[in-house]
Amino acid sequence: MSVKTLKMDGKDLSAREGDTILQVAEENNIYIPTLCHLDGLADVGACRLCVVEIKGRRGFQPACSTVIEEGMEVVTNSETLQKYRRLILELLFVEGNHVCAVCVSNRHCDLQDLAVKVGMNYTRLAYRAPVRDMDLSHERFGFDGNRCVLCTRCVRVCDEIEGAHTWDVRGRGIEASVITDLDQPWGESLTCTSCGKCVQVCPTGALFQKGKSAAEMVKQATFVTYLKSMRESKK
Amino acid sequence: MESHELDELAARERTRQGDYHHQIGVCVGSGCASSRSPQIRAALEAEAKKHGHACRVKGVGCMGLCGAGPMVSVDDDEVLYQHVSESDATRIYAGLEKGEPVEDLVIANDTPFFTKQVRVVRRNAGKIDPDRIEDYIAEGGYSALRKALTEMTPEEVIDEVRTSGLRGRGGAGYPTGLKWSTVSKMKSPQKYVICNGDEGDPGAFMDRSVMESDPHLILEGMAIAGYAIGATQGYIYVRAEYPLAIERLKNAIKQARKYELLGENIFGTDFDFSIEIRLGAGAFVCGEETALIASIEGKRGSPRPRPPYPAESGLWGKPTLINNVETFANITAIIEKGSAWFSSIGTEKSTGTKIFALSGKITNIGLIEVPMGISLGEIIYDIGGGIPDGHEFKAVQTGGPSGGCIPAVHLEVSVDYESLKALGSIMGSGGMIVMDDTASMVEVAHYFMEFSKSESCGKCIPCRVGTAQMYDLLALIISGEATSADLQLLEDLCEMVRDTSLCGLGQSAPNPVLSTLRYFREEYEALLVDAKPVEAK
Repeated sequence: MSVKTLKMDGKDLSAREGDTILQVAEENNIYIPTLCHLDGLADVGACRLCVVEIKGRRGFQPACSTVIEEGMEVVTNSETLQKYRRLILELLFVEGNHVCAVCVSNRHCDLQDLAVKVGMNYTRLAYRAPVRDMDLSHERFGFDGNRCVLCTRCVRVCDEIEGAHTWDVRGRGIEASVITDLDQPWGESLTCTSCGKCVQVCPTGALFQKGKSAAEMVKQATFVTYLKSMRESKK
Repeated sequence: MESHELDELAARERTRQGDYHHQIGVCVGSGCASSRSPQIRAALEAEAKKHGHACRVKGVGCMGLCGAGPMVSVDDDEVLYQHVSESDATRIYAGLEKGEPVEDLVIANDTPFFTKQVRVVRRNAGKIDPDRIEDYIAEGGYSALRKALTEMTPEEVIDEVRTSGLRGRGGAGYPTGLKWSTVSKMKSPQKYVICNGDEGDPGAFMDRSVMESDPHLILEGMAIAGYAIGATQGYIYVRAEYPLAIERLKNAIKQARKYELLGENIFGTDFDFSIEIRLGAGAFVCGEETALIASIEGKRGSPRPRPPYPAESGLWGKPTLINNVETFANITAIIEKGSAWFSSIGTEKSTGTKIFALSGKITNIGLIEVPMGISLGEIIYDIGGGIPDGHEFKAVQTGGPSGGCIPAVHLEVSVDYESLKALGSIMGSGGMIVMDDTASMVEVAHYFMEFSKSESCGKCIPCRVGTAQMYDLLALIISGEATSADLQLLEDLCEMVRDTSLCGLGQSAPNPVLSTLRYFREEYEALLVDAKPVEAK
């Protein structure tokens, strides 16, 4: 394994070859906001919250899926980036129907935490207030489309870790949504193993355990890296 | 097929064609076919039968002036007829016998629309029967592939393409030779060539026409690319909305296989190459290369972050060369006539020709092929014939929903990659939508944003929600209820969506807004509730 050196926010850092900008930042206590990223799952670079500036490259690159290079100079938190991240969060909050006070994930929600950290406390954008369905057909879990941010963590954990591929995405653009099987009720899914991994990795209250009231849904997503390392050590 | 058989076949076909007294070409492109050109062809064939088959009636590809269709040509383009109907067949034959064209149908072929064009990619369009490989071979078809395979090394082919200066015709203008050279350097037992025929910009039909008019030109270009980069398998990704192009390509592949111009040991060399067709299912985003590749793999057509670029990890993780239809269609001419000849056309940095689809408020609606560096004014006024109905030219949208508008003050701009970019638009794939003084530029931006919004795949947030919010803000401005704060918000969204979106669709979706704001800001401001009063002059 070879080592690379790079500059991040003016600091000289060394890192392992093949590491992503996000991995190096986390190792060095540099905060980059993320949402679709989850340790142990394949990165899709979809939420764009982790975009950073790289000297000499056009535009902005996602830290989660950009591999470091020797001599790279990265800026993780410029004024422009702060402005953009805030606006991206605003887009998310007006896209669905996020009402924290009545949400099972209140105070345990990645979206809420991001808003606090990025300082997004109001929005200039018009709320879209979409009419979205809930799916409570599964006996242990529920899905509330109003709170879904389409990060596809559920899709990936179900496919990559559980191997069931129950979840997927239908539709396009603003009409896109996650579905189970071929858009059938979750409770009637023939592929779902009821393992509950999707619930644990969901960053908001979109996927939850039944029987939880407001603010009671506490999730534990670290099992993904644990399972992955156990499986890799068996190989 | 062996090398010498190609010449024999060409000679045989030329003799066969020479036996006819006249050749009548009927455009069987989508445009003319939709106004009954197949029936006209049948009527002319029936007439030919009566006259003892001294005339050959053939279906030909697009002649360019789509607005004048259905078009019929006599002996290449010696006489061109416009707006032909079935009942004109008898008159056309009578004219042939007398040696006098049917006057009320004739369209002059010495107007700037025809004389100012330089036809490289479209050299066979309107001349050969796209359903007959023999027609293509008689015009020198497949000799460029033979030259590449028997006289050139793959490195020499790449060198020729590189020095020609050819750049990607899909819109971004990436140097084609550099792309080929990158893929050729990748070490992999399996590589792929993909032809991107998922043309989807509103008002753009260049690639459709090339596929319909001269399908073998694309197959030959792809085979040469396969030889150059070391690939044996090619895919053409065509949108399903182009049934005629698909049919022609399928037929062309079948014929090329029959003559062993595709398949194994082409021209007796050890080069094998096959081509298959894959159909798009109506998603504009599948024109983006990573989404297109996902779609061929049978997955949901959404883009992924690059790097890795397809050249490194493309179709099924293998090094993949992906070029646009028009790019591949330029290859045979470069191999045949050489890079020096090619780069003598156009400007220093934008060589060769470009096909544009002229539509909107312009007299000559259709397809044109012009040398790069021609001025926009020449395209609009000389070739395009100007603006009809006594109106004034206002702006032209190039690059469709990813491009921008160019206003009248910039009519002298040289049409090349850099110059259009400097004006805030892009070359794009070649759509040119002309607008006259009746157009509202805010509504133009609104129209294109509606397109981007409905074609966004929904994967990344800036594009998914950003396009929807921008669309709503534009609608609010048009309704006359927006404030200057709303306009500011629109501009903030434009910047953010442009800079942070995952793929080209999102990154370029704000362009129509940004460019109309750049040149026609007063139209936006006039619609605001708190509009500044216009100062009295």
